[in-house]
Amino acid sequence: MHFKSLTELKLALHKKEVSSHELVSHYLKRIERFNPQLNAFITVTGESALQEAQKADTLRARDPENAPPLLGLPMAHKDLFCTDGVKTSCASKMLDNFIAPYDATVVTKCRDTGLITLGKTNMDEFAMGSSNENSFYGPVLNPWNTDYVPGGSSGGSAAAVAAGLVPAATGTDTGGSIRQPAALCGLTGLKPTYGRVSRYGMVAFASSLDQGGPFAKSAEDVALLLNAMAGFDERDSTSLNVPVEDYTQHLNRSIAGLKIGLPKEYFSHVSGPMQKTLEEALKVLEKLGATLVEISLPHADLAIPTYYVLAPAECSSNLSRYDGVRYGYRCENPRDLNDLYLRSRGEGFGTEVKRRILIGTYVLSAGYYDAYYLQAQKTRQLIKQDFDEAFKKVDAIASPTTPTPAFKIGEKVSDPVTMYQCDIYTLALNLAGLPGLSMPAGFINGLPVGLQLMGHYMQESKLLNIAHQYQCHSDWHQQHPTAME
Amino acid sequence: MTLSIKKVQETAYLARIAMSDAELNRCHHEIEQIFTLIDQLQAVDTKGITPLAHPQASQQRTVADKVTESDQHEKFQALAPAKQLDYYLVPQVIE
Repeated sequence: MHFKSLTELKLALHKKEVSSHELVSHYLKRIERFNPQLNAFITVTGESALQEAQKADTLRARDPENAPPLLGLPMAHKDLFCTDGVKTSCASKMLDNFIAPYDATVVTKCRDTGLITLGKTNMDEFAMGSSNENSFYGPVLNPWNTDYVPGGSSGGSAAAVAAGLVPAATGTDTGGSIRQPAALCGLTGLKPTYGRVSRYGMVAFASSLDQGGPFAKSAEDVALLLNAMAGFDERDSTSLNVPVEDYTQHLNRSIAGLKIGLPKEYFSHVSGPMQKTLEEALKVLEKLGATLVEISLPHADLAIPTYYVLAPAECSSNLSRYDGVRYGYRCENPRDLNDLYLRSRGEGFGTEVKRRILIGTYVLSAGYYDAYYLQAQKTRQLIKQDFDEAFKKVDAIASPTTPTPAFKIGEKVSDPVTMYQCDIYTLALNLAGLPGLSMPAGFINGLPVGLQLMGHYMQESKLLNIAHQYQCHSDWHQQHPTAME
Repeated sequence: MTLSIKKVQETAYLARIAMSDAELNRCHHEIEQIFTLIDQLQAVDTKGITPLAHPQASQQRTVADKVTESDQHEKFQALAPAKQLDYYLVPQVIE
């Protein structure tokens, strides 16, 4: 049961083959059994989940025709979505004692659709990282091979879904934090267009880049979840006031005639088994009638340096709110107010977060602003213009999601620059604010490989259509780690 | 570019982050490496390019100037590390 897709479980509930209470109990037992090994959850909300499941079963029995679309299905939230009355730590010592006083809009919307939260998942501290090794609560392990990282920053969500501890989870993607762990854990993960999913109640890292989205096994599941999560929110000033379509509506459309661009700058880095795996996946799309076209994104190599100026700059500003005064960690016996700020922040933040705050503070400081911050905003424009030009010629763009499959725990942790290179194929999309997804495309030495699909603004439906058609003709997304059975 | 350890120390103070000498040394070394990466941007000709601060070029939405939130200060202040009555407590600032 635990490796079934959300769509299959939805049908099983509808046919009364299983109750929501049975489903939730089953997944909670799985979490109890496997979480000590994987460290995917920070908080498990078992008691409230069972109560909600009971209510869902009652509601379904009483009025099955009017049941919310995802009634009684279990899920998990990344621990940076605020959950009223439940710890929301962002995997940081700074927020280890923080019980959120309100729900994020995403949390409310998921609940309104009938989804039941089983808990909050581990992540890189404040979503800063590509391996989930930057958590105050320790690293998350990859269910496919526990010597390897699950990717980051939404590594707990990805590991939980891949290991069959929940059938779906939320994540956030500032530079690849949904797509990269989805690729490394063999899942389908979607980063929507900036503004499509509300950021209200999502703890901010880099506000012009952050975007929430879903993880699940298949594109079909992701479409169901996006239906639940997407929509205009008055409480988020950057929320797009555009009607939400039914993302499941076009899944079965033929992709014959679609033009899919392959950026030469991305594929020139790919070789060996990775190249072979991706070529096989692209052949499937070609067989389905899509035309593959070589395209150019001439400023692709600027994505990493541009991102690592802008994201730290925004992070240094956003994280200035953690001052040890109103909430969060406060140091012991501060001598004076300045000492309170200095030591609360010095002791409360982890290494990577401090490093990024320092870089951000530096590039925004007088004398360096124009050379770094303003210059990076200009190169961001060049990166966006590359995509604008590309989407005049093609319907979607395909690329590797990551340069390699998952790497070993500890392998890159002492070398931030090498770690940052892991995001080479995912960052540009966030800088432009475009939607993208990663879907399973094969395995190398038993570790999953992801294919990334990128779309023009608000073209989530098209990406899900391509991914679903691919998944109707492949079974990579149906594989699961046998050690987690 | 060369980034002195003194500059990193000043920046840490500006960001109000206390760091031990060992931490500062490690951080200095890593930040220098990261700036080698970032410095690639300096070679790019961006003359005439409009800076892009945000993926949405459109103007920010405005809202009516009216109170929409209820008073929840007790709930919010329950999270405070130190408080007295309705105030957040911090070390004395004014003698």
